Amino acid sequence: MLDDFLTRAALAGTGLTLATGPLGSFVVWRRMAYFGDATAHAAILGVALSFGFGISVYVGTLAVALGMALTVAQLSGRGHAMDTVLGVLAHSALAFGLVAASLISGLRVDLSAWLFGDILAVSRMDLAIVWGGAVLVLLALAWRWQGLLASTINEELAQASGLNPRLERLVLVLALALTVAVSIKIVGALLIAALLIVPAATARQFARSPEAMALGATCAGAVSVVLGLWASMRFDTPAGPSIVAMAAVMFTVSLILPRRA
Amino acid sequence: MQLPKPLITAENLSVSHGGAPVLSGVDFTIAPAEIVTVVGPNGSGKSTLIRALIGLEPAATGQVTRQPGLVIGYVPQKLHIDASLPMTVRRFLSLPKRVGNADAAAALARTGVPGLEGRQITRLSGGQFQRVLLARALLAHPQILILDEPTQGLDQPGTAAFYKLIDEVRAETGAAVLMVSHDLHVVMSASDRVICLNGHVCCAGTPRVVSNAPEYRALFGLGTGGAFALYQHVHDHDHDHDEGHGHDPAHPHHAHPHAEHPSHPPHDCEHDHAG
Repeated sequence: MLDDFLTRAALAGTGLTLATGPLGSFVVWRRMAYFGDATAHAAILGVALSFGFGISVYVGTLAVALGMALTVAQLSGRGHAMDTVLGVLAHSALAFGLVAASLISGLRVDLSAWLFGDILAVSRMDLAIVWGGAVLVLLALAWRWQGLLASTINEELAQASGLNPRLERLVLVLALALTVAVSIKIVGALLIAALLIVPAATARQFARSPEAMALGATCAGAVSVVLGLWASMRFDTPAGPSIVAMAAVMFTVSLILPRRA
Repeated sequence: MQLPKPLITAENLSVSHGGAPVLSGVDFTIAPAEIVTVVGPNGSGKSTLIRALIGLEPAATGQVTRQPGLVIGYVPQKLHIDASLPMTVRRFLSLPKRVGNADAAAALARTGVPGLEGRQITRLSGGQFQRVLLARALLAHPQILILDEPTQGLDQPGTAAFYKLIDEVRAETGAAVLMVSHDLHVVMSASDRVICLNGHVCCAGTPRVVSNAPEYRALFGLGTGGAFALYQHVHDHDHDHDEGHGHDPAHPHHAHPHAEHPSHPPHDCEHDHAG
């Protein structure tokens, strides 16, 4: 059944939502939306460099996304206004990535695939990488769950309880970089941030606990993937944007329904 | 008498915010089962002091030593919880360590907010949230409770009940208590030792000693008598063992903070009241 490209696409997308559900919830709780953008935009630079040096795109994007994530984590808490730092880094990384890409012959035509992803073209290898990365992120979050939640509520309260909020922040940042790296082929650098935030925002409407919100975000994300792929086939629209559009429709519907908590 | 090992000690502690000194040359110690209250006007560095003692603010000079593995129950002055985070009171009590339902219910009952488990924490009133924070702190079985203006938002009976609770907790668990407070009279009656802060330690000692210190009276603009009649009465009633003592004999050093700091006016608190 993996021979069918649509099945592979659906599996890749739903696998990704295993990670983006809980991770996206943390991005929402910690108001790190821009952080996701910065890391994702940096990934375009990673794509360009991967082609330039002839290395795997996954390795290249992971390296640059990690570098960006660590830079931002370092700069935060140094007195810079966070949104300014992120705005500078996110858009510079995107600009440098696009400039670097233009200098590499042969990449120019493929660039939109990296910006918007091409979920219909995922190979079995891509599928394995997405699931591997998503499960790894999920395990890391599950392992640190209590500490992550405690530091998300309030870092000082967590520190007074003997936790190390900087370690928890590092875990999140690394998980984010890994998620961006494995998802760039599927939804692309411009839309991964949306896939992190929109389903989590939808789940917020109905959740009464952080765990319920994380699970709800994964479900909302998975439903968006399936509906988006269906719409893409039905109306011959690009798959990645269709998935995000479906996530946005679900969020809009959730606003109309009564909020539970 | 063998002095118990202090839980937290600060020596010559100074803290600056962006180059401006907030605290300078503070010596501090707190022993197990001791109730110490920090009083002082707004901007005197009370919150900064306790934050530095917990390790949330770096010391510009001097050092803070906490007993290794010290379990702290901290209730901050304000705590903003982002509305994007759905969290019931019950779930909140299980952070960072999971606790049983019975323990959670008992802690909420104890702090005067029984049955709140199912409520969202962002929907609590200020007073309720303060008590939930205290319940959470107690569930950690702290060796020291650190409370930053714990009674703000409580009415007078609530405040009185709060200090009674603190005293009971100390008696039952042997936890030390370090508080910042504005409720001068009540706090003083409930404390073993009071530290009057204004960027530096103005005076320190037993409530009786501090309340008679000229620095304290100057800071809080109190006459001789008047408002303190209330305090004296309550105090004499609750702490008979202090009668006739100029300061707490268990902590002689900390009633003499100026001995090491000749830059500050040398009048020591207990000069007015030496036993």
